[in-house]
Amino acid sequence: MDVENEPAKPSAAVLAQGVPELPLSQSYLNFVGRQIFRFIQAVQGVGAFALITLGVTCTKFNTSWRVIHPLIRSQIDRAGVRLLPGVVFLGLALGLVIVGQTVSMLNKFGAGQYAGTVMVTVLVREIGPLAAALLVLARVGTAIVIELGLSRAQGEVEALEALGIDPVHYLVMPRVIGLGAAIFSLTVYLLIVTLLSGYLFVFVQDVPLTPADYFGQIAQALVWQDFALLGLKTLVFGAIIAVVTCYHGLAQRLRLEQVSDATTSAVSQSVVGCVLADALFIVVYLLM
Amino acid sequence: MGSPSESVVAAPLVELVAANVVSAQDSDAVLVEHVNWRLLPGEYWSVGGLQWAGKSDWLTTVAGLQRPATWHHFLFGEETALLSQPELVATRLRVGLVFENGGRLFTRMTVGENVALPLRYHRNCPARETREAVAAVLELAGLTELGGQMTGQLNRSWRQRVALARALALQPEVLLLDNPLAGLDPRQTRWWLDTLDALNAGHAWLNHRPLALVATTDDLAPWRARARQFALLEGRRWIALGGRDDLSASGDPALREFLAA
Repeated sequence: MDVENEPAKPSAAVLAQGVPELPLSQSYLNFVGRQIFRFIQAVQGVGAFALITLGVTCTKFNTSWRVIHPLIRSQIDRAGVRLLPGVVFLGLALGLVIVGQTVSMLNKFGAGQYAGTVMVTVLVREIGPLAAALLVLARVGTAIVIELGLSRAQGEVEALEALGIDPVHYLVMPRVIGLGAAIFSLTVYLLIVTLLSGYLFVFVQDVPLTPADYFGQIAQALVWQDFALLGLKTLVFGAIIAVVTCYHGLAQRLRLEQVSDATTSAVSQSVVGCVLADALFIVVYLLM
Repeated sequence: MGSPSESVVAAPLVELVAANVVSAQDSDAVLVEHVNWRLLPGEYWSVGGLQWAGKSDWLTTVAGLQRPATWHHFLFGEETALLSQPELVATRLRVGLVFENGGRLFTRMTVGENVALPLRYHRNCPARETREAVAAVLELAGLTELGGQMTGQLNRSWRQRVALARALALQPEVLLLDNPLAGLDPRQTRWWLDTLDALNAGHAWLNHRPLALVATTDDLAPWRARARQFALLEGRRWIALGGRDDLSASGDPALREFLAA
């Protein structure tokens, strides 16, 4: 064997020189540190923006009502009325997947009397509000970031300020109120459609459950706190989605190519915000 | 009855005292240093400067939209730094601002809606009153036929006119224009200069009150016969050039270079 032509094997010392010390753990720590820092920055920014929005909403709700109230109505129309077909479709799907299957399985195991409790816990408290919120986020939240980001990039926000119009009052407040009201309404519609279609699938599967028993169980499982917390939860989801998406569209002047990244960040932060808020509500339910 | 000296000296509408104008993007970047300037009622200023000289930032600082790094900015005798936010907004409404390059119109609105927005927002007018006011301003800007058009469908010179109409909607006492003649053909340029002359002389829409005008430009030539006061932004300096006669007689090398460009 020709030793001279064989490539020289690098010694351990040479290898160690070329490689930084503990490369994996260092870069990983840097990565984690950066992510934590960004998270804290995002929470701080969105929190401050939410407080400003709350202040403006409380102090200026009726200011320039001829301009602002139609904007609120148009946001309710955009995020609520126009999403009704989507909500009906989602309700039918959830009715099939969750209600129909769950009630059928419960009856199979002789636990049909728990159907109402399961429906209320799973649908009314958890899936209904969250599904409606995610639907609004997908359809309207993303559009908000893009339209506000483009408005900011094209200098329209500065034009509003030059006209003495508060951008938070004109652009953010109607969206927060509109999305809150829309998510509440959509959740109610979604629950009605899901429960009705669920029974339809139960009926098709020949499960021995009369409509009176089915709706009676659900009515018995519902308590007044469910209605109160449903309203509060959907309003909070709407506020989170509107504030986070408006923040990403408005808080800093975006270049056109940054709008898509801002949209992605807004969607992920909105989902995290809604899930965290949901977790808080679960704690409240558990304490009830 | 006031003394003769009181009747001669009018209170300045806008005043900058030892002001450093900073960039809107980076508040540490000083674009124009130590500006001492005052705008009196009825004056007609043309402020020249090459690209990146800080004309737009100087203008937004004058409008009170951007704070100077140092030192004092007065609007209608009030120091803006000492005003509360509602007071500042109310004071700023007396100043109209026309942005450059298409005027930053609201692209999801029609021409009429763009002009109506400040009226509806600040005066909370009923629809009929707003319509009448919008019609009057659109007529002033030669836009009567275009009231229902979406602004995105208009070319830049017409959008610039819409921006003028929007800035005039609240009947301001001062009108600031950021490079309004940039990219206009000779006919449009003449329209703008004639209209600004009419506004400066006192237009019926403004109750015949002379409107103080400040226009920035990267070409002083069209303004030489129209404006009455001139200044130059050059190398972070504010150079007051005086009136038309001073402009012709000035030996300032920066001005000579600017006029020759």
